[in-house]
Amino acid sequence: MMEALAGIDLSVALLNITLLSTLFVIAIAIARLRSLFAIVLLAGIYSLVSAVWFIALDAVDVAFTEAAVGAGISTVLFLGAMVLTARTAQASPNKARHVISALVVIAVGAVLVYASIDLPGFGDPNSPASTHIGVEFLARTKPEIDIPNVVTAVLASYRGFDTLGEVGVVFMAGLGVVMLLGFGERALGAQLKQGGNDEPEDADLGGLDD
Amino acid sequence: MTDHHVVLRVVAKVLIPIITIYGFYVHFHGEYSPGGGFQAGVILAVALVLYSLIFGIKPTMEAVTPGFARGVAGLGFLLYAGVGVWSMMMGGNYLQYNALLREEAGEFVGQHMGIIIIELGVLMAVAGAMVSIYYAFAGRVTEISDEDW
Repeated sequence: MMEALAGIDLSVALLNITLLSTLFVIAIAIARLRSLFAIVLLAGIYSLVSAVWFIALDAVDVAFTEAAVGAGISTVLFLGAMVLTARTAQASPNKARHVISALVVIAVGAVLVYASIDLPGFGDPNSPASTHIGVEFLARTKPEIDIPNVVTAVLASYRGFDTLGEVGVVFMAGLGVVMLLGFGERALGAQLKQGGNDEPEDADLGGLDD
Repeated sequence: MTDHHVVLRVVAKVLIPIITIYGFYVHFHGEYSPGGGFQAGVILAVALVLYSLIFGIKPTMEAVTPGFARGVAGLGFLLYAGVGVWSMMMGGNYLQYNALLREEAGEFVGQHMGIIIIELGVLMAVAGAMVSIYYAFAGRVTEISDEDW
């Protein structure tokens, strides 16, 4: 046991334990709370803490995206969805459901823990991620593309096709949401165009007419 | 629009230009530091969302109309795909940035230009899509009174 602990930096381990236990506490709080407003804000905080944890793991680009998308935009979108639906959640009175949910959660957790035993150690030089194509990208980016950020080189140049597909997905997701929900937006836009100042009685009904 | 929002409004007025500039910094500095079109697009969208949270959805939709946001999203995707067509017209493969300016080996202007342009496409598509999604949600409810919270 002591040999296994020999190579571990204590300060990094303490940081990881602090961040992960914070995530754990937030997740428990999200599961226990009934006020959706508090849950949405806690989900944003969860994203921020996991962004900090990604920085501790040296995944700065992922941390950046998590902070911008997870803590920024999705919190706002959850708030918007909450305003459209309900402010509080009720616990289901059906006890059988609770048991089934608990069983599913425990089973999935056990499978994930079992799978994590096979993962290579953090920063392992012999792991597939650090022996395979990643090394080649690191070596080829400077002579072939000549930019310092290898992540950008892979994302925009070597894997430009994938990124094009990703942008297409984001575009289509936006289009899909607008087509599903956009009627109220259109009603409000039309109202703005007319220069009318009075609020419609019910934006949803007004939208369904057209 | 009661008085007690005055602090929020003043702080937002200071923050929104800084957030916008930071978004462009993240985009144009993506070759040298973490970040790129995706993150920059989200940051620009967040600046607009913050504006609409503080000042209301109506003035936001007057400044950036929903149609404009959707158009920007579509144009961004077309810009990205267009770089691929451009490289094909210059005799290369789709999205082969070396071919953009018909450069010899050892020249990188085409690579850098291709990356910046497609990242601009990503920025426009992401920012436009995020703002469109936000408008779709926020545009359905007219205004929320303070007592509702």
